[in-house]
Amino acid sequence: MKKETWKELTIGTINLDAGNSVKNLTGTWRSGKKPQFIQDKCIQCFFCWLYCPHSAILVEGDEVKGINYDYCTGCGICSVECPPKEKAIIMVKEEVKLAEGGAE
Amino acid sequence: MSTLKTLNGNQTIAEAVRQIDPDVMAAYPITPSTAIVEAIAKFKADGLITGEFVCPESEHSAMSLCIGASSAGGRVMTATASQGLALMWEMLYIAAGLRLPIVAAIANRSLSAPINIHGDHSDTMGARDSGWIQIYSENCQEAYDNFIQAFRIGEDLKVRTPVLVGLDGFIISHSMEVIQVEDDDEVKKFVGEYKPVYPLLDTSRKMTVGPIDFTDYYFEHKRNQIEGIENAPPVIEAVGKEFGRDFGRQYGFLEEYRMDDAEICIVVMSSAAGTCKDAVDELRSDGKRIGLLKPRIYRPFAHQKIAEALKKMKAVAVLDRSSSPGAFGAPLFTDIRSALYDYEERPHIVNYVYGLGGRDIKVEHFKEVALKLEKIAETGKVEELYGYINLRE
Repeated sequence: MKKETWKELTIGTINLDAGNSVKNLTGTWRSGKKPQFIQDKCIQCFFCWLYCPHSAILVEGDEVKGINYDYCTGCGICSVECPPKEKAIIMVKEEVKLAEGGAE
Repeated sequence: MSTLKTLNGNQTIAEAVRQIDPDVMAAYPITPSTAIVEAIAKFKADGLITGEFVCPESEHSAMSLCIGASSAGGRVMTATASQGLALMWEMLYIAAGLRLPIVAAIANRSLSAPINIHGDHSDTMGARDSGWIQIYSENCQEAYDNFIQAFRIGEDLKVRTPVLVGLDGFIISHSMEVIQVEDDDEVKKFVGEYKPVYPLLDTSRKMTVGPIDFTDYYFEHKRNQIEGIENAPPVIEAVGKEFGRDFGRQYGFLEEYRMDDAEICIVVMSSAAGTCKDAVDELRSDGKRIGLLKPRIYRPFAHQKIAEALKKMKAVAVLDRSSSPGAFGAPLFTDIRSALYDYEERPHIVNYVYGLGGRDIKVEHFKEVALKLEKIAETGKVEELYGYINLRE
């Protein structure tokens, strides 16, 4: 992502490109563990979706379908909040390649 | 046609506020600036102003409110002093960082401890790195004139930086003076209509104000902010000239008083400069070649203009109404001494702290300083680089 020089910035820290935090792939912060979604254990309570600090829970239609690893920081809140005794989200060892981009 | 009125410093500021009628005025009363806030509340109650007046629970909230109102797109002012300005401290930086042209009248007062309500410059000197433009006033007339000009300077599209106008607590804020109050319409015309830049109330545009910056953007945004105050000098000059054209009292960065053939010089800001002029007159009638340099704008600092004015002197005393414990002299002194560093031809220069907590400074004290300067000029030797005036030793 090209970064502006100080002369190119709008004055007063104003950001006219509202919503551009979507370009900041917070998934690059993840290290160690990542959440794994187990669809058949999911009771569709949406607690994970509600608690996720980075809106990284994937929803299709009316159903939770998984995790968006571009933004998931691996904080584990979704797994803690998941209510079933046999959780639908468990934390597993990080294996996927980290997403590229985001803030330095 | 202007009108002559007998007003004290606080009343002159209030009068200017009534004439300019900003969109939002938010302030918490604190001595010695309380009377400004009281007067604004009365103007509002009497229907003399249309802007919103808010009295929140603290100065921190007052400045926060100013920031919100200014971001929304309004012309905004406040008034405070001393601990009030200190309580605003973190918000001062935010106002400057967001490039909001808020105008604040500061009835300069000392900082605790010990608690003291009288005049010195500790409060505004404490805010000197906050990014605000700082203007200091010698008397009630200057306080009025500076306050009106502050809106034009801060609101200039290249500047867009908050401005504070200092008037010495009690010495100016509570002293009656006959001043020329300009016509309401003329003042309104001079200040002009406010043009907001990226107002939050413009809902046609989506934007974020004051986002978090990490290591990759903070530095660029800070540099972008610095540009605003660095663009201010030509605007300050132009506004000062225009004010002179419209109202007959012209302003610049400095006032040079009897400096033409001077060999020794006293540098002092604000009300003490008025007393110093009397001292200079008396010393001149005794044949002493002494002058006074009164900086009006402290930030942005006119280092070149000040150095040019002082370089030919034999000896200079810089008088500071604040202290900077542990530093190599008080703020005005370190700035001026540094400004002279690049000049091959430069005077001997000493620093005196005076008037802390409202301690009086009289003609006789300036004469004592002049005697010391004469000795330095004669011998070429500085025995006391840093001292205090009218302090029980």
